Amino acid sequence: MSGEIAIIGVGMHPWGKWGRNFAEYGVAAAQAAIRDAGIHWRDVRFISGGGTVRNGYPGYVAGATIAQALGWQGAEVNTSYAACASGSQALAAARTKILSGDCEVALVVGADTTPKGFLAPAKGERPDDPDWVRFRVGITNPTYFALYARRRMEIYGDTQDDFALVKVKNAEHGFTNEYARYRKKFTAEDVAASAMVADPLRLMDVCATSDGGAALIVCSLDYAKKIGKGDAVRIAAISTVTPSFPSALVEMPDLATDSAVAAAPLSFRSALPTKAYEQAGVDPKDVSVAEVYDLSTALELDWIEDCGLCARGEAAALTRSGATRIGGRIPVNPSGGLACFGEAVPAQALAQVCELTWQLRGQAGSRQVEGAKVGITANQGLFGHGSSVIVVR
Amino acid sequence: MSAGAAQATVPVLDGWFTTAGAAPHLIGTRCSGCGTYYFPKLETFCRNPDCESSQFETVELSRTGKVWSFTNACYKPPEPYIAAEPFVPYTIAAVELEREKMVVLGQVVEGVGVESLKAGMEMELVLETIPDATLPEGKLTWKWKPVEGAGQ
Repeated sequence: MSGEIAIIGVGMHPWGKWGRNFAEYGVAAAQAAIRDAGIHWRDVRFISGGGTVRNGYPGYVAGATIAQALGWQGAEVNTSYAACASGSQALAAARTKILSGDCEVALVVGADTTPKGFLAPAKGERPDDPDWVRFRVGITNPTYFALYARRRMEIYGDTQDDFALVKVKNAEHGFTNEYARYRKKFTAEDVAASAMVADPLRLMDVCATSDGGAALIVCSLDYAKKIGKGDAVRIAAISTVTPSFPSALVEMPDLATDSAVAAAPLSFRSALPTKAYEQAGVDPKDVSVAEVYDLSTALELDWIEDCGLCARGEAAALTRSGATRIGGRIPVNPSGGLACFGEAVPAQALAQVCELTWQLRGQAGSRQVEGAKVGITANQGLFGHGSSVIVVR
Repeated sequence: MSAGAAQATVPVLDGWFTTAGAAPHLIGTRCSGCGTYYFPKLETFCRNPDCESSQFETVELSRTGKVWSFTNACYKPPEPYIAAEPFVPYTIAAVELEREKMVVLGQVVEGVGVESLKAGMEMELVLETIPDATLPEGKLTWKWKPVEGAGQ
């Protein structure tokens, strides 16, 4: 397909909770990606950063902050902020630049340092900010994930044991991943013994917030050939569509859905991969591996269905059958997912692409999905942001 | 609330719900062009991409609906939430309003746990007090309450 670009380098800084400057993680990830690509830093002519809103001005201009730390060398720079889709949005900017012929090689990088505990809104009395309002009346992030999880239980008959199975699987997947923050083979008993956060979700059903960094070196297919990497993994689609009015689901930070009086409600989550499949010209049946946003265990089940990897309501059965484990028909979150990483917002969408790149190259070691040819990512964040990326080999 | 203590009268969010009378309503708006309801109130431009209206009427939303889903908060939320000490977990419901074709979140009245809720259960809107940083008597907020006889 003509709209493709190549991924010639990937790199990550391990996820954890160190509280160091976010740019350190970004630089480490970028340097690893540059080494992996076998190019010189000066060959990179566009730096596209995922912004972070929790690190002051340097975070708002993360692309430039990391470019300066790597050494100013006169390349063009960009920063994209799109909540959890920031990394994908930064990647889309690089793709546009490359496909327009404006540059051959770009660095896409995201990194974050996160505070402890709940993510909280900015201070002050600000009733015009829906994020402030919902915290004022006691609606936190886990509320939304728990409402979706409980809805699955009420409509499809999913159980808390099904959700625990997702955690157990992802913990097993991430156990040997050197970049994962949590590397322990949790059992269903461990999950059941963890504290209830937002019924039906327990502490081990919801993901933490982490520090971390991820980076990609992307380039034109011609450039990849020129440096002897004509067989590199390619990006076949980047979807960053908005929701369509009226939204079918109550989404963070809103306290109500849109009213569906004038038009039928539409699902935002399924719109993201749908556009990616269209763009790449691939079918869900072609997918060999998926990295989806398991902000909660139950949400992984929603994403499996939204990505068309099974019929609506069947993701719990698919998980119970072992199909989503490495070695199964359609492994989901072979990296260990957010369950093992915790969320580092501007880095996470790029970390998903890093994992798929290793998988498609056959470099995922003990996590390897045999014969992986097509991979899809999916994530969703605040304020109508989300993304889905398809990589192929 | 102990007898004789001052009663909360100030809403936690100004203009979001009625406070007079025994049957409170959330206050929303309705687009004069396409009929779409909004909560919270929208009075600028209709968000329906096929509607160009900027005319809205203020409406009281239906005060009963059916449970779409529910959960609880086992840990004290961060500010601006203000919790009584010690923190008491509270239940939350997402309730579907039939006429408005929308789902509205809210806390569930004190004393009702997740174990007594079910999807499809009939709920009504009531006002209850939540703690406030400056007013010792607290402020009023909307909450969902199972309709008498629902879920039995």
